[in-house]
Amino acid sequence: MDRKVIFEAVDLKINAIADNGTDIPIVKGVNFKVREGEVVALIGESGSGKTTIALSSLGYFKPGLQCVGGEARLLGRDLTKMSNEDLRKIRGERVAYLAQSAAATFNPSLRINEQVTESAVIHGSKTKEEALSYAKALYKRLDLPDPENIGERYPHQVSGGQLQRLMAAMALVSDPTLLVLDEPTTALDVTTQIEVLKAFKKVIKEQKAAAIYVTHDLAVVAQIADRIIVLYNGSIQEKGPANSVIDTPKHPYTDRLMKAVRPLPKDTAELRDRTTKKILKNSLSVKDVLAGYGGITNGVPKITVLEDINVEIGKGEVVGVIGESGSGKSTLARVISGLLPSAEGHVSLFDSTLPPNLRKRSRDQLRRIQFVYQMADTALNPRHTIERIVGRPLEFYHGMKGEKRKRRLIELLEMVELPKEFISRYPEELSGGQKQRISLARALAAEPEIILCDEVTSALDSIVGSNVIKLLRKLQKNLDVSYVFISHDLSTIASFADRIVVMYNGKIMEQGPVHEVLSPPSHPYTELLISSIPELRVGWLEEADTKIQKAKEKMQ
Amino acid sequence: MSKEDKEFTEHYVAEFSKKVSFDELPDAPPSGKFRLSLTGKIGAVVVAFWVFIAIFGQFLAPYHENDIPFPDDYLEFQPPKPGAILGTDRDDRDVLSRLMYGAGRTIGISVAATILAYIVGVTLGIGSAVLGGRFDTVISSINNIFLSLPTIMLGLVIVAAVGSTIPILIVTAGLIYATVVFRLARAIGMDVKVMDFVEVSRGRGENLWWIISKEIWPNVRMPLISDFGLRLIYVILFVSSLSFLGLGVQPPMADWGSMVKENLGALQYGESVISVVAPAFSIATLTVAINLIVDDVSAHAGGKLTKRL
Amino acid sequence: MPGDAAQIRLGQNADEDSLRAFRAELGLDKPLYYQYLNWLFNFVQGDFGMSLSSDYPTIQLIRDRYENTLVVSLLTAAIGIPISVSLGIIAAMFPGTIYDRILTLGSVTLVAAPEFFTATLLVLFFVFFLDIGSAVVVGGIEGKNIFQLLAHFWLPVMTLCFVIASQLIRMTRAAVLNVMSSPYIEMAILKGIPRSRIVIRHALLNSIGPIVNIIALNLAYLVTGVIVVEVYFGYSGLATLIVQGVQTRDFILIQALGMIFCCTYVILMIIADVAAIVSNPRLRHPK
Repeated sequence: MDRKVIFEAVDLKINAIADNGTDIPIVKGVNFKVREGEVVALIGESGSGKTTIALSSLGYFKPGLQCVGGEARLLGRDLTKMSNEDLRKIRGERVAYLAQSAAATFNPSLRINEQVTESAVIHGSKTKEEALSYAKALYKRLDLPDPENIGERYPHQVSGGQLQRLMAAMALVSDPTLLVLDEPTTALDVTTQIEVLKAFKKVIKEQKAAAIYVTHDLAVVAQIADRIIVLYNGSIQEKGPANSVIDTPKHPYTDRLMKAVRPLPKDTAELRDRTTKKILKNSLSVKDVLAGYGGITNGVPKITVLEDINVEIGKGEVVGVIGESGSGKSTLARVISGLLPSAEGHVSLFDSTLPPNLRKRSRDQLRRIQFVYQMADTALNPRHTIERIVGRPLEFYHGMKGEKRKRRLIELLEMVELPKEFISRYPEELSGGQKQRISLARALAAEPEIILCDEVTSALDSIVGSNVIKLLRKLQKNLDVSYVFISHDLSTIASFADRIVVMYNGKIMEQGPVHEVLSPPSHPYTELLISSIPELRVGWLEEADTKIQKAKEKMQ
Repeated sequence: MSKEDKEFTEHYVAEFSKKVSFDELPDAPPSGKFRLSLTGKIGAVVVAFWVFIAIFGQFLAPYHENDIPFPDDYLEFQPPKPGAILGTDRDDRDVLSRLMYGAGRTIGISVAATILAYIVGVTLGIGSAVLGGRFDTVISSINNIFLSLPTIMLGLVIVAAVGSTIPILIVTAGLIYATVVFRLARAIGMDVKVMDFVEVSRGRGENLWWIISKEIWPNVRMPLISDFGLRLIYVILFVSSLSFLGLGVQPPMADWGSMVKENLGALQYGESVISVVAPAFSIATLTVAINLIVDDVSAHAGGKLTKRL
Repeated sequence: MPGDAAQIRLGQNADEDSLRAFRAELGLDKPLYYQYLNWLFNFVQGDFGMSLSSDYPTIQLIRDRYENTLVVSLLTAAIGIPISVSLGIIAAMFPGTIYDRILTLGSVTLVAAPEFFTATLLVLFFVFFLDIGSAVVVGGIEGKNIFQLLAHFWLPVMTLCFVIASQLIRMTRAAVLNVMSSPYIEMAILKGIPRSRIVIRHALLNSIGPIVNIIALNLAYLVTGVIVVEVYFGYSGLATLIVQGVQTRDFILIQALGMIFCCTYVILMIIADVAAIVSNPRLRHPK
């Protein structure tokens, strides 16, 4: 089984070059090999250096980065010492790259066909006609609709999932020896992700190409990789055959990555116990809400986003709202908070109806519903210190000042597990997870009854995200606060919520206690979502695909 | 098993200690402190020099701006000589003294006009961005009409209608450039206004004044301040162009723009051309020096500023 | 500049009665809004009105003078734009090189300098140092071909070229660099596309819109430059007519000229906006 080595990193070191001469090491001496017909996954969280390492296989270092040691050998030749012209001849021809966002990597002004065939034609491996007919064959193999004509379109004229597959065609057109895939499915909706992943897997196998697959998602890796390399902070923590690493992780960091992948909870007595606990009274109810954007004429908004929305939230209950982008789940949170006044229907809090517009709500009504945003970066004023950010609601709602306010502030920081030294810092000095905790502390400062969490973990790495979920759960137990937890990730919701609301296209498809919604029979759309959740086992992808096809048929 | 084969199936684990927790990696370190480059430093020195002359020039000048150093000879455009280091102008006045008097006027008028433009433009611009609705529509439409006219034509028409005194010049230039500042302030205000943290404070029930002064203003302050230099350059050019056309600062008062105009004849029949070259050169050194500083600042701000203009 | 057009024409010593009579004749006794609306009403019908400071119809004064202004503007546009845009693109192709730095520093310097400074430098260099030509433009342009026109106006045209070049080079460079930093250019590099093709096929195609926009904006800026340069080199054109109009309080003349300049400016602005819209592939090829 001696297979040819396609790519080899030998003690590869890459630094970020700073203006003031203090270089920061990004990749700290990495060794690995990629052999013929083998898919090697580079897995790690942001800052692990995985993309930088992958790009070194094209001899490319992003602006500001520099290779300071070691070798990156493609077919025996060291790319780090090659001239630009030699590199150009290799790129696109021997090694091809697939980026995370196809929408950004396609030139908006050129037709798709030209961009797909360009590389093969320029390197002289195919004539224009050959390349074009080969491209069309690839479109077909990638299950793209209308393979004859789709390439005549411009990038903005096809959907995101299609564009991602067209990018694969662009990479495969000159039959490269090595494919580099950089999180190629991360930007897609879960149900689309499966299709694309399946298409990628198929062509990689057929092509017998070697591949480097960069991702942060262990479940995806399990479906596609032969070998796994786990990276943290620029060095390899663990590497080995895929099933060996997944079944018997030896490094604590790998273990934590695995634990952050949440499978759907089993329908156990414990789960039933949790989700059917007695709700004493409703804290919030949403009745017959219709809402949308673009001004309201004759009681109907120009663009309707939400229709027939009825949700009840009990005191101390966690209600998960699930849906894909465009399902209206975030709009629901905005209607509850009053940021977007509903056109019809109403929201009531403990039996008193709230005015639709937040301007008409009293200070106490506002205090009782707090909002936590997805992007802590934009949700915290960059010019305010943490003291000011968290302290303002204390002052505003509870009239706290001076020592009293400071004491409470430190208490709040302790609640979200942050040290009290953070009080004088600015948001830019914190990491993503810490910022999200500050957002949460600010919401808690108001002592609310209900916290609306809008995709609070989506922008975070998986381990960081699962720690935030843990914190949310702990706080809920101690404070008896209700959450409306909005997410596109069913397994996160299922592991945490008491009840689930499934939204699609602005309507509620199904709602109920977690175990009821998740156990069959469920609504076809719920089934679709359930089947789309990646599972950490080989062979899941194929099963999921059949299930998804069935669910899709049922929906129509 | 061959070596290759073993490598292939090997399950490698890096050394680790149980104590090390694999915390979230810190975000990129904050960008370095702002420092002027060499060209920026040269710019700063030149600007400082001219500001000094603008303030103290009239006290340090050898003569009054309208004095004639050599009343006995009826010569014009005299070359440099003792008693008139830069020679004399069309009316035999000392060029150096007029330059020093003119510095105060050119720089003073421009700075005053730019400040006025900022007060009017920023107030209305931020107001428009935050209030939105009809207020924004009306103010923006009026502003667009004025923006769609060439500044120098606007200036000429206003001067033709109400005459040309220094206060009128300041107000004219100030209002004309307020339109540009308005557009910038409104654009930056709009960017900040849609940030989640502004929505957070709206959701909290904060009043409009708090939102503007505490949430929005701290975030628009820096980009606006760094634009001030660029705006000042355009105002200086505008004021001197008006003066050059004879419609700005009126004779016999000295001003750099009008000095160029007065002494244009030197280029044809003057014994010395310093009376034209010196004021033109002074304006250029001042504006170029400001521009060198502005360039450093906008490079530091990531060039975002220049994109908006 | 005290008084109105009647006062200026009759002089400081004119008595009240004759002033009043003369004002009535010129229509200056009516309220301002009436004067303006009356003029506007006639203007849209093609009547530019009678000049207040002389007894000629405004249209005739303009007809006598417009040629010089137009010729200088067109020559500047024809020479300045292609050269500056190419220089800007080349600078963007080789960012950080000596060539790029010299060009950038040069345009940073010139962009902030007033037109009459550039003109002065050119006059000092050519007229005084090299002893070519003269600091004023004299003589008419009847019957001259394009080369003779260029020889006639070379100093004002060169001044204006420098003025617009400083803006154009900088803005073109920024526009192309902006496109060059987008992910699809990085992708093209990773596809092994040669640099020349990346710039021409991938980058330029996407920067045409911004560049046309920049050109239109700079032509609009020429309006100011043309006025100053005319006064500097002392030949008569529309600009000198405006200055004269302001000095004699000839509102009819100023209004007519203002209208012409503003219309030109507005048309250029519209072209700039249209260019920005047309260059967007999403609008050219709807879904």
